[in-house]
Amino acid sequence: MSLLRMSWQAALALILMIVALFNLPLVDQPVGLDAPATAMTTTFLAWLILMAAIGVDALPRPAITRAAALFVLTHLATYLLMTEIADGDGLDRLSFFLMIAASWLIAWRCVTLLSGIEVRTPFASALLRLLIPAIFGAWIVILWEAATRGAGIPFIILPPPSAIGVRIAGSVAILWADVQQTILKAVVFGYVVGCASGFVIAILADRISFLRRGLMPIGNLMSALPIVGVAPIMVMWFGFDWQSKAAVVIVMTFFPMLVNTVAGLSASGAMERDLMRSYASGYWQTLAKLRLPAAMPFIFNALKINSTLALIGAIVAEFFGTPIVGMGFRISTEIGRMNVDMVWAEIAVAALAGSVFYGIVALAERLTTFWHPSNRQG
Amino acid sequence: MNESSFSVVSAKKLGLTFQTSDGPVHALSNVDLDVKRGDFVSFIGPSGCGKTTFLRVIADLEKATAGEITVNGMTPEEARKSRSYGYVFQAPALYPWRTIEKNIALPLEIMGHSKMERASRVARTLDLVNLTGFSKKYPWQLSGGMQQRASIARALAFDADLLLMDEPFGALDEIVRDHLNEQLLKLWARTRKTICFVTHSIPEAVYLSTKIVVMSPRPGRVTDIIDSTLPKERPLEIRETPEFLAIAHRVREGLRAGHSYEE
Repeated sequence: MSLLRMSWQAALALILMIVALFNLPLVDQPVGLDAPATAMTTTFLAWLILMAAIGVDALPRPAITRAAALFVLTHLATYLLMTEIADGDGLDRLSFFLMIAASWLIAWRCVTLLSGIEVRTPFASALLRLLIPAIFGAWIVILWEAATRGAGIPFIILPPPSAIGVRIAGSVAILWADVQQTILKAVVFGYVVGCASGFVIAILADRISFLRRGLMPIGNLMSALPIVGVAPIMVMWFGFDWQSKAAVVIVMTFFPMLVNTVAGLSASGAMERDLMRSYASGYWQTLAKLRLPAAMPFIFNALKINSTLALIGAIVAEFFGTPIVGMGFRISTEIGRMNVDMVWAEIAVAALAGSVFYGIVALAERLTTFWHPSNRQG
Repeated sequence: MNESSFSVVSAKKLGLTFQTSDGPVHALSNVDLDVKRGDFVSFIGPSGCGKTTFLRVIADLEKATAGEITVNGMTPEEARKSRSYGYVFQAPALYPWRTIEKNIALPLEIMGHSKMERASRVARTLDLVNLTGFSKKYPWQLSGGMQQRASIARALAFDADLLLMDEPFGALDEIVRDHLNEQLLKLWARTRKTICFVTHSIPEAVYLSTKIVVMSPRPGRVTDIIDSTLPKERPLEIRETPEFLAIAHRVREGLRAGHSYEE
């Protein structure tokens, strides 16, 4: 083992560790309390584990072995560090942040090693594709936790993720009721109807030229309507329940689908259309066999844009009148009661639901437009 | 009217003028031509001479503005609607979302053939262009030459007896092109189709054709029609014979005569 084999992350981590050693202990003790005897032991244990990780990285072993060792060691050390500051909110000293930073650098090194590994089986490559962003995401949460608790950031400004997690676990019934109201009713209905009507109108506009000339400018106008203006009017028209939110979602998703489908229908090449003409193919045959398949990448673009638009639309629309359930309703009332952890819990649920929604559409796209140059494999 | 003298394509004083913002462009002017059943006719000339336009008029992809033309004794529109020709474009124009066999089945689907009929025709035409075994591949998994062969198979699948080919091998390299030329001649001999073939390569035109139509630009017109004296059986080596070179020379002279230096 030599210093030359050391990665820059490990080298920087080593420097941080040495500085941290001269700044112990990790936590200032509140006046009148003695430091528990176990605290120093845990600190040194974490310190030794991190030093071991730095050493392992320089060993002449395969990347996969080193990555696995780094993964276990750095997260063990992080766990010890986090338990140690459990009671000392806002009293942490420089050494704590230095050691967290060192752990983070080693985790970074671990991800770098993992990214460089060449795998052969599709299972292993799928696992790696999940593992790398998972470590990355976990560290955003760890750093967030360390920053909020270590520096004592006020709960109202930014609650630590652990508190949000506790709140989610304790409010599953409420969150589920909100998801049902906002997503399973308003978003799904509005999305399906909005996208379907945008698609149908696009076909009609393609078939009937006066519609194309008359409707597209009006569609443009509709897309420029501000959601905060439309939502209260929809509540007036369709009542307080989810139907008015679905209407807002329809208004928001209709136009992207219309524009993208119209653009997609003219995406097929002149030669391909001449080919269909040479077969004396009818309008609907050409549509089904050439123009719609060629339009699929555009249509999926609209479906993906709309998947996020629909969620935003439904949540924001609930700010303008709603029964006492729904994600937007919960956010607007809980922030008024200073329950920021509940607001963050709703945000987390919305982010998760939005990602799942987007993921399903993206998966369908990969299966449908596998032929497109951006999706081709082999 | 006996079998061999039947005119598949007959053009009289044919003209086509495009109206553009820079004024009218005479793409074709006073074209007289007879293509007999079983002919292999090449159209050769510099770009802008109207050779592709003429092919597109036969196919009813453009409308003539003067003169008369019949295809199989009908107007081009009637001929197109009765699916009397197969068209091979400059690029394969295969649909990337369809496998090779599905691409070849495309015209058969449109023309309403049954599933079993489609399968047997696809198998037969794949064999004609030596692509058996590639039926389940997607076009983008095949080389350019194979893609163009698949597009020829697609044009053959519905048994039209006129094949219109617009510089089908223009984008391919010399070696692949020689190979495909040889195969095309064999295919022509086996299927007894009438072929109209647009090219800008003199050796290709002379090697393939029974009749070579030399054209010149501005306005697009026919300057020479050469009946080939080469035998039906044509190995690639025939291109070294004096007879071949004599025809090639006459084509080159025709091209030179039609060329104007006023541009």
